[in-house]
Amino acid sequence: VRGGLHDDQISGAALAIAGALVAAQSWQYPMGSLAEPGPGYLPFVLGLALAGFGALVAAAGARSPAFRWRHFGDGPKGLAILAGLGFAALALERLGYRITIAVLLVYYLGVIERRSWAMTLALTLIVSLGTYYVFAALLRVPLPIGLFRF
Amino acid sequence: MLETFASLAHGFDIALQPEFLAYAFGGCVIGTLVGMLPGLGPLAGISLLLPGTLGLSPTAALIMLAGVYYGAMYGGSTTSILMRIPGEAASVMTCIDGYAMTQKGRGGAALAIAAIGSFIAGTLSVIGLMLLAPPLAEFAIRFGPAEYTSLLLVGLIVLAYMSGGSMMKMLAMAALGLFVGMIGMDVMSGYARFTLGTIELRDGLGIVPVAVGLFGISEIILSAAKAREVSVEQPRLRELVPTAAELKSSVGPIGRGSVLGFLIGIIPGSAHIISSFVAYGIERRLAKRPERFGSGAVEGVAGPESANNAAASGAFVPMLALGVPSGPIPAVMLAAIMIHGVVPGPLLIAERPEIFWGFIASMYVGNVVLLLLNLPLVGIFIQVLRIPYRYLYPLILTLCVIGVYAVGQSVVDIWIMIAMGLLGYAMRKLGYEPAPLVLGMVIAPQIELSFRQALALSGGDYSIFVTRPTSAALLALAVVLIALSVRTALTQRADWRQRLGLEERV
Repeated sequence: VRGGLHDDQISGAALAIAGALVAAQSWQYPMGSLAEPGPGYLPFVLGLALAGFGALVAAAGARSPAFRWRHFGDGPKGLAILAGLGFAALALERLGYRITIAVLLVYYLGVIERRSWAMTLALTLIVSLGTYYVFAALLRVPLPIGLFRF
Repeated sequence: MLETFASLAHGFDIALQPEFLAYAFGGCVIGTLVGMLPGLGPLAGISLLLPGTLGLSPTAALIMLAGVYYGAMYGGSTTSILMRIPGEAASVMTCIDGYAMTQKGRGGAALAIAAIGSFIAGTLSVIGLMLLAPPLAEFAIRFGPAEYTSLLLVGLIVLAYMSGGSMMKMLAMAALGLFVGMIGMDVMSGYARFTLGTIELRDGLGIVPVAVGLFGISEIILSAAKAREVSVEQPRLRELVPTAAELKSSVGPIGRGSVLGFLIGIIPGSAHIISSFVAYGIERRLAKRPERFGSGAVEGVAGPESANNAAASGAFVPMLALGVPSGPIPAVMLAAIMIHGVVPGPLLIAERPEIFWGFIASMYVGNVVLLLLNLPLVGIFIQVLRIPYRYLYPLILTLCVIGVYAVGQSVVDIWIMIAMGLLGYAMRKLGYEPAPLVLGMVIAPQIELSFRQALALSGGDYSIFVTRPTSAALLALAVVLIALSVRTALTQRADWRQRLGLEERV
C-alpha cells in the first residue's frame, strides 16, 4: 500500500517508545556510577538498547508486509476469550474457584461457542467440580473458596 | 568412567522406585497428549504442570517435567504423520514425508520408525548427556562472575541468532526479556523497581504466568478462531510393522539425526526445532534419489524425528552442568527446581547427585516407557484429537487459570498471564519470537548479579570481561554472531536460516 505503514514500522516504533519509557523511569532510581552501578543502571541501559533495536527494526520496516487490520481478524474472538480470563481474575477470590470456573465455562461454551445448553451445563458441572476435586483434594493445591464458602 | 557407571547405578536405584516410575509414566502420558494437541506445546504444557509439582520432591518434579518434554516430542510426530498437523513446531518437517507415507497406506510404519528413531536417539543422547555434563560442570566450577556474565550474555545472543527471523527483532525481545526479569527487588540493594506500587510485583514476574501467556494463551487465541473438525485416520496394529527395506533405509538417518540433534541441542536456541530442519536438509542432500523426498521417503521421517528427540536431551547439558538454560523449556525446568530450593549451577552434580543421576536414569526409563506406550496405544491417543477444539480450549483455559493461580496464590499472576497472552498474540502476528524474551527474563537476575559482582571484584574496571580468557572468548563469539547478522541485514543475503526454510516455517 503506497504511503501506508508496514508491520515492522509500527512494531519497531512501539518497541522504541517502550524502551524510551523504561530508560526514563530507570532514571528515577539510584544510578550509581559506571564503576559501581546502582539499581537503575542496567534497566536504563536495557531501555536504551530496546529503544535502539526498536528504532532499527522500524527503520528497515519498509521491507516488511504492509499493515492490515484484517490480519488481526481473529482479534475480536481473542479479546472475548481474554475478557473471560479477566472475569476469572476478578471473581476467583470473591466467588471461589468452583463458581468462577462454572461461570467461565458457561461463557465460553454457551455464549462464545453457542453449544447446546444441555451440553454446556453438563460439561460445566463435570469440569468445575472435577478439576476442584483433582487439584484441591488429590494434589492439595489450595484453591479459593470465596464469600459463599463454596 | 567406573565412577560414572557407579553413579548411574545409584540413579537407577532412585528412578526405578515405584514412586518415580509413576511420575515418569505420568509425565510421558501427559507429554504425549500435550505434543498431539494443537495449541499446547511442550513449554505451555510444562508451565501448566509446574504447580502440580510443588508438593513433590525436586527429583520427582524434574523427572515428571522431563517426561512431559520428551513425551511431547514423541506425541508431536503422531499428528504430523497421520493428519499433517504438527502438534508442536519440531514436528513440522515430519509432516512432509510422514503424511505422504500415510496417504500411501504406510502411516503405521512411519509412526513405528518415528518411535524407534526417537527411542534410539533419546537413549544415545542421554549417554552423551551423562558423559559430557559432569566434566563440563567441573570446568565451570572455575568460572567467576565475569565468565558467568559473558556466558549468559552469549547464550542469549546465540539464541537470538539461531532463532528464525530478524536478528534485530530477536535482540529487541532479549532486551525486553532482561528488563522484564529485572522488575521487582534489586538483587544487590533490595530496591524495588517498576512494581507500580504493588506488593505482588516486589518478587518479580513469575515464569509461569509469563510462559503460559506468551506460548499458551496466544496459541489458543489463534487456534480457537480457526478451529475446525478434523478427520482422524487410525492405523491398524499390523500396519505398524515397518518392512526390512524401510528399516534398512532408516539406520543411517537415525544415527546421523541422533548425533546432530544432540550437538545442536547443547547450543542455545530452539534446538529441537532447528535440529529437525537441519536433519531433513542433510538427509535430502545425502539421498541417492532426493526427488523421493516429499512423496513418502522414510528417511525424511527417521532423520528429523531422531534429531528433535536427541536435541531435547542435549538441551539439558548446559542446564544441568552450568545452571544456564539453553532455551525457554530448560529455563522453566530450572525455575521448577529452584522453587524447591535447589541452587542450579556447576555444583549441582557434586552436591545433589541424587537429582542429577536420578534424572539421567529416569530419562532411560522414560524412553522405554514412551516406546512401549506410543506404538500400541496410538489408537487410543488419537481419539483425543476427535474432541472438537471448541470443547477443548475452554478446558485448557481452565487449567491455565488453576496453574497460574496456584503457583503464587495471587490473581495478579492471572492478570500478568492475560497481558502476556495479548503480547504473545501481537508478537506472533508481527513476526517476533517469544523464546528470547522468556530466556532473558529467567537469566536477568543472574546476569545482573554477576555483572555487578564482577565490577566489584575488579574495582570498577570493565577490562575484567576481556582480560580473562574464557570471558574474552565468549564475548568474541557474541561479537562475531552480531557481525554476521549485521552483514546479512546489510547485504540482504539469504543466511543459513532462510536456506533451511526456518524463516517461513518456525
